[in-house]
Amino acid sequence: MPNNYDDIIEKLDNNQLWDFPGGVFPAERKTLSNQTPIGKLPIPERLFVTVKQHIGVEGHLIVEVGQKVLKGQALTKSMNPFAVPIHAPTSGEVAAIQKHVSAHPSGLPEMTVEIISDQQDKWIQLNPLIDYQSQPKIKVLAAICDAGISGMGGAGFPTHIKSSPKKDVDFLIINGIECEPYITSDDRLMREHAWQIRQGIDVLCHLLKPKQVLIGIENNKPEAIEAMQVACRENPNYRICSVPTKYPAGGEKQLIQVLTNREVPAKGLPMDVGIIMHNVGTCFAISDAVFSGKPLISRVVTVTGEAVEKPSNLWALIGSPVAHLLAHSDYNPKLQKQPNVIMGGPMMGFNVINDKVPVIKTTNCILAPTDTEISSNNEQACIRCSACADACPVSLLPQQLFWHSKAKELDKAQDYNLFDCIECGACAYVCPSEIPLVHYYRIAKSEIRVEQEEKQKSDKARERFEKREARLIAEQHARDEKHRLAAEARKQAMESKGNNAKDKIAAALARAKAKKQAVNIEEETSVSKADLANDVIEAAAPNETTEASATQPTTKVASSNQRVQAAIARAKAKKAAAEAATSNVEVEVPSEVEVEVEVEVEKNNDKVSESIKTETQSKNQSVNAKEPAPHAAKPEPLKPESASSESVSEVTATKTATIAASKKARIAAAVAKAKAKREAQKAAETEQTSKEAPLAEVEDPKTDSSQEPVKTQEQQIDMKKRKIAAAVAKAKAKKAAEKADKSS
Amino acid sequence: MSLGFAILTALLAIGLLALIFGSILGFAAVKFKVESDPLVEQIDHILPQTQCGQCGYPGCKPYAQAIADGDEINKCPPGGDATIKKLADLMGVEAKSLDSAHGTEDVKKVAFIREDECIGCTKCIQACPVDAILGAAKQMHTVITDECTGCDLCVDPCPVDCIDMLPVKDSASSWRWDINTIPIKQVG
Repeated sequence: MPNNYDDIIEKLDNNQLWDFPGGVFPAERKTLSNQTPIGKLPIPERLFVTVKQHIGVEGHLIVEVGQKVLKGQALTKSMNPFAVPIHAPTSGEVAAIQKHVSAHPSGLPEMTVEIISDQQDKWIQLNPLIDYQSQPKIKVLAAICDAGISGMGGAGFPTHIKSSPKKDVDFLIINGIECEPYITSDDRLMREHAWQIRQGIDVLCHLLKPKQVLIGIENNKPEAIEAMQVACRENPNYRICSVPTKYPAGGEKQLIQVLTNREVPAKGLPMDVGIIMHNVGTCFAISDAVFSGKPLISRVVTVTGEAVEKPSNLWALIGSPVAHLLAHSDYNPKLQKQPNVIMGGPMMGFNVINDKVPVIKTTNCILAPTDTEISSNNEQACIRCSACADACPVSLLPQQLFWHSKAKELDKAQDYNLFDCIECGACAYVCPSEIPLVHYYRIAKSEIRVEQEEKQKSDKARERFEKREARLIAEQHARDEKHRLAAEARKQAMESKGNNAKDKIAAALARAKAKKQAVNIEEETSVSKADLANDVIEAAAPNETTEASATQPTTKVASSNQRVQAAIARAKAKKAAAEAATSNVEVEVPSEVEVEVEVEVEKNNDKVSESIKTETQSKNQSVNAKEPAPHAAKPEPLKPESASSESVSEVTATKTATIAASKKARIAAAVAKAKAKREAQKAAETEQTSKEAPLAEVEDPKTDSSQEPVKTQEQQIDMKKRKIAAAVAKAKAKKAAEKADKSS
Repeated sequence: MSLGFAILTALLAIGLLALIFGSILGFAAVKFKVESDPLVEQIDHILPQTQCGQCGYPGCKPYAQAIADGDEINKCPPGGDATIKKLADLMGVEAKSLDSAHGTEDVKKVAFIREDECIGCTKCIQACPVDAILGAAKQMHTVITDECTGCDLCVDPCPVDCIDMLPVKDSASSWRWDINTIPIKQVG
């Protein structure tokens, strides 16, 4: 290392320091605010604690709206090492958790916990870690992390990460430079709390074990230098360095260069050259956290500028709105053409969007300048004077950067190391054309960042697209392969069974025939839907002849199939009967009507009975439906009969393909049964509706005979059936009469 | 005689050299064969990879291939003028303005499924070129916002029109400094 430790110490012993290139000397204006002690700001009514106030990731909220919180209570929590919690700055109630204007140049709303103060300012139970020297480092680091401490100089890097380096530390540098004009918060803090800052440095030394501690303070703060010297008198390892006043000596890389002549590499960290740097405010917060257990909930903020009547430093709670600080310092907006409040210093700060912007952990100054203090923006053409290049503390070429940034030649701007720019504003300060150079760089930087992000996203999209394409192609291949294999298997099967092709043809023929039969049967059954209902009636009557005719084919076939069918049919009929019986309870009234029917049926025995049958839609079926309860056993022969018609065809079918045909026949039978049942049910229902006018129907049954020609099948039915029907009708009439008697 | 011999030797020597170099070149052509056209790859890297098909090709890669084969460079609305400029630089042609027949440059958007209206038909999942929609048949679907390229291809297939294209909101990290907010640059 060109600047080895011993050389540096030797030079420091001689009170010699190095220098950094460039730099400017703006008017300091620090006396505006550094003459009075740090004042105490009253607790504001409402506090807006932004969830993310540091570089890294935010924790997740652990409080709810309406919850009472105590001063110092953690509001977020996270297991992520780059997360630090935020804390309630005072006791009160969580009024809202919502987006609120942020302390960012964009002013974009960010998630914020809004707390209504109860003005009690009641602390939560604090757990100091006074014996930190006997505690393991990890515990001290955890205490620092839990106190929510992040760098208070400007960047807001989590302190516990910075305090746990993996390499040996040569120098711990404490930054008390505060080189920006107007700002005096660190100055006043060092003057009034040097002792506590020293305690914070002690804790950092315990964690970092540096060879030397350098405390850099600009020589325009003699009181602060003296106070720190007094505080650090007992520690020979702590060296107070009075640094010449030059802007931006307080920049991290610049201060390292001034004190050690080491240069932090581009895109590198101070740790790469064996240095860790902390701000004095951070040291104060560490000591607060370790020795009294207090989390970081307040900080010193300089409220200054000529537009405020009482410029001073104030202990402000994190989350206090800017308006509260300004009101306390008697801000007079009339001194400005338009309200203009800057958060941070005049060189690197930004305009706040409105006065509800809260103070965050990195807010060191609220500046309200008059119009005369800060010149307005009247940018003119660059005259290539190169004054900016002379002023640049990092030896860049601001002019080139400006051209390329303005022309959006982002890659060329990057070639000129745009990202090494620390945005100190020295170039803009010296520019005779008043070009706001830094803002051009900021725009270019953010555009490059966005472009890089988009590039990453598009690379990811390309990868996903290509993977998807590959997957779709693979799937298509897999499908094709499957189809091919299946086709092959079929072909093979065909070849292997090729010798008994004749059998196959025969089997196919048989199948086709059976199917045809089944279709026929079905057609039959569907055509004789109405008939089936009649059949039920017929079967209900104890008719031996029908039974005989039914049994004949059965015996012929003599197969168990038939018996099974018969059994099923019986069961079905029973069920149907039971249903019909239940649905017919109300239909007892028209018993006389039924009697009339009977009489009539007896009179014109042959013709009328037929006509009665034709009334299947309502009358006959209703008659039948009413009856079956006592004659539950009777419907059974019906099914064999209906089955018999099937079985006749079946016999022929069995000759060719017995099994298939019988199966089909069974299905057909089942269908027929189901249909019969449905008919019965329907009849029962229709009867209910038609029971008001049964007389009309019965009185002129002959009109119904007009339906005769339609039902050609019925005409084929022989006399026996008619007789049966008559008998059934009689039986029913009797039954109905009985019921009517009972119910009456 | 000697002259004829000299000529013959020279011819032989040159012929031999030609043979040697020819075989070396032939070997190199096989050994160091470049699988795909590097130009297509370069063009593909410039294209925004939304895979939206607004250029008339089924994805960015096919369009890259088409450009390499001589198609116009101004058919990519999601890329806009920035992409056209880069393509012009790469291809050594004049940058043209975006061909409005293929659409206009728009703010960046991502798809959003109104989840209570989704019927779980999976049609959008099949349409998404980058598998950025999550869901299963008869289950509610949702868009993985980080993966969505805003290509719009899922909107049409949706039978219940429950997909909206929402503009991406600015966050503090993606916010671009605005030149107009410059307050100060000089003190005193």
